This record gives sequence, C-alpha cells and structure tokens, in this order.
Amino acid sequence: MMLNILSNTAAEFVVDPMNFVENLKYMGTGMLGIFIVMGAIILSTFVLNKILNKKDKDGE
Amino acid sequence: MEALYENILALQWQQIVMWIIGGLLIYLAIRHDMEPTLLLPMGFGAILVNLPNSGAVDRFVDGILESEGALSTLYNAGIANELFPLILFIGIGAMIDFGPILSNPKLMVFGAAAQFGIFFTMCLASIFFPLNDPASIGIIGAADGPTAIVVAQKLNSDYLGAIMVAAYSYMALVPIIQPPVIRLLTTKKERLIRMPYKPASVSKTTRILFPIIITVLAGLVAPDSVSLVGFLMFGNLIRECGVLNSLSETAQKVLANLITIFLGITIASQMQAENFLRPQTLLILGLGLFAFIFDTAGGVIFAKFLNLFLKEKINPMIGAAGISAFPMAGRIVHKMGIKEDPQNFLLMQSMGVNVSGQIASVIAGGLILNFFM
Repeated sequence: MMLNILSNTAAEFVVDPMNFVENLKYMGTGMLGIFIVMGAIILSTFVLNKILNKKDKDGE
Repeated sequence: MEALYENILALQWQQIVMWIIGGLLIYLAIRHDMEPTLLLPMGFGAILVNLPNSGAVDRFVDGILESEGALSTLYNAGIANELFPLILFIGIGAMIDFGPILSNPKLMVFGAAAQFGIFFTMCLASIFFPLNDPASIGIIGAADGPTAIVVAQKLNSDYLGAIMVAAYSYMALVPIIQPPVIRLLTTKKERLIRMPYKPASVSKTTRILFPIIITVLAGLVAPDSVSLVGFLMFGNLIRECGVLNSLSETAQKVLANLITIFLGITIASQMQAENFLRPQTLLILGLGLFAFIFDTAGGVIFAKFLNLFLKEKINPMIGAAGISAFPMAGRIVHKMGIKEDPQNFLLMQSMGVNVSGQIASVIAGGLILNFFM
C-alpha cells in the first residue's frame, strides 16, 4: 500500500529543474521593478520634504 | 431510521484528518496566540466544510448544484472577486503610520530588498508546479494575507487553501523563523552597530500627498497593483487627511474586524479534504517557509552589501524588518538589538523598514500579476 501511495505521489509531480533557470528572468525583472518603484517613491519623498519643510520654515 | 446514520457512514478518514488540522489551527490560535484573528476562523471553518455532505458549502449531485452553502456564497461574494482582502486593506492602510519612513526615506530600500524571497521561491516552485501556481506560491513570501489572496485568486491557483494556511501560519511564526536566519548571516560586531535616530520633520501635507504619489507611481509601473496599492493608500489617506477621524476609526476597528471574521471562515471553504490533503500541500508549506527565510536573508544581505560603501554603517539586522509582517518583524529586530546591546534602540528604524515592506510587498504582488496575467 505504501508503494502505491509513493508511486501515485510521484506521478502527481512533474519535476523540471530547468524551469528554475528559465524563470530567473522574472526574478531579475521583478526585483528591478520593485527597486525602481521604491526608488521613485524615495526620491518623491525627499523632494516633498524639501519643498514643504522649506515652505513651513519660510512661513514661520 | 437510515437517515440517522447514513451520513455518519459517509465519513471518510481524510475528513477526520482535516478535523485534526482544524483543531490544530484553533489550538495554535488560542494557546499560542498565533494570528488568532485568522487561524481560529480558518480552523473552525476547516471542520465545518469537512463534515460529510456539509450544508456549509455547495452540494452537487451528478455535477448539478443541489443546494447552495453559506460559505460558498460568501466565497463567491468576497474571495472569488478579491473584494474582502481589498476592503481589509482599507483598514490596514488606516492603521499604518508612515511617519518613520517619511522622516528617513532611504530606509525604504530595505523594504524592496526583503521581497527577494517571493521571486526566489517562485523560481524554486516552478521546478514542481506548472504555469501560475509558482507565482501564487511565491507570494506567500509577501507575508501579507490580502496580497496573497488577491494574487492567488487572480492567477486561479488550485492551492488557495494551502497558500493561506502557509501565509498566515508563517506570519505568526516570524518570531521563530527570523532570529536564527539573522544570527547566521551577521557577526556579533555587525549586530552591535548603533544607528542614532535623527528624524527629519514631516509636514502634514507630505503625509497627505504620500499615499496619492505611491498609488500613481506603483500604478504606472504595475497596473495590476492599482487595486491593492490603491485600497491600502486610500485607507491611509482617510487616516492622514485629518477631517475623517470617525471614518478612520471605523476602518481601523469595525471594518477590519468585520472583514476579518468573514475572510478567515470563508477561506476555509478551500480546505475541503480532497483539495487540501495532497502531497502538493506539504511541498507548498515547505516552499512558503523558504520564502520567509529568503526574504529575511535578502534584506540582511542587502544591508551588509551597502555597508561596503557607507561610512556610517547600517545595522544589517534592520534589513530583516523589510518583511511585510507588520509590526512583528520590526519588533523582533529591535528586541535582538537590545539583547546584544541594551543601549541600542533600533525601533524607529526597524519599524520604518517594516512599514516600507508593506508597500514593497504590494508592489511585488502587482508585478507578479503583470507578468502572469
């Protein structure tokens, strides 16, 4: 019975290590995309802080 | 007379196993306080849907719908169309204070780095699973329930139940998963690095414009993330605008609690024995753990990499706080810092990174949807 379970289990999996290599492009693009968006958010925040904090100081 | 016992005879051993799993989730929620808001409803729901001919889910006879079940109705109303997790995001957005990252924006880069585990796990999962399932499994690493639900649902994953159990269980296990990984990747000297907190002032207008800008930027790059990012930022805008205090309070408490009640028990409708008790479930649980480990590693290693170029060194432990398990990951890093040096207060930096991880994980979810939809 154990052998049956194991062979049925094995049949459910299609193991293809080459898929790991083929999908690395998504990893590269994904991480680059996140860094680009976060970079843009960081830059926007710096600019916002600079402009709006300066306005507050001038107002004072 | 037959009517009294024929349903008992229909009971299968696989359903009993699911009762035990449901009971385990309830035990972990109550005894160990592990994400009780989700694990308890999921555990109880798992028992509900694994009773023979359960009236809680749709019943089919020869492929024809015989009767509708409440959980199936709720599933179609709020999970199949991703509505419940998106509404929950309004509440989450209303709870988040972006102050620490607005006063020190460069910390957000660690939120980005700590999403490495999502993509690495996606590549690993593709060895065993076809098409969209690796992406749905990788998103466990987002450490964010609503994002995981939305991505897995939009990609039509067959493993939604296993993915949710993995995501929420590992979120609760972050205090156990992260510290050994952090200690393995850092030296004692690195863990002792102090980071004085010098916050810049943040104007109210910045706090109001920030959620709007994030939504526009994320939406331009990853249009499929607009609903995720947009609902999160809408909640934050309600909080920060200063004129909708009662709505903000409702979003943070009543709305979030209401949706959480429905979300947990409805997700359990995917935990029927024939869907859940498959070898793939164990593999998904293992891959989910990998995702969390590599998220932590990604953040820490990125901080160590930056330290090669910086004069004022960063404590690399704060990289681990970029995982989206808020506020736990931030608190863990702070506690580890205090343990190494009772005078080393990393709380504001680690909470800032933790909050940025919330943003980055949603963007990661949107990018994954962009790639595979």
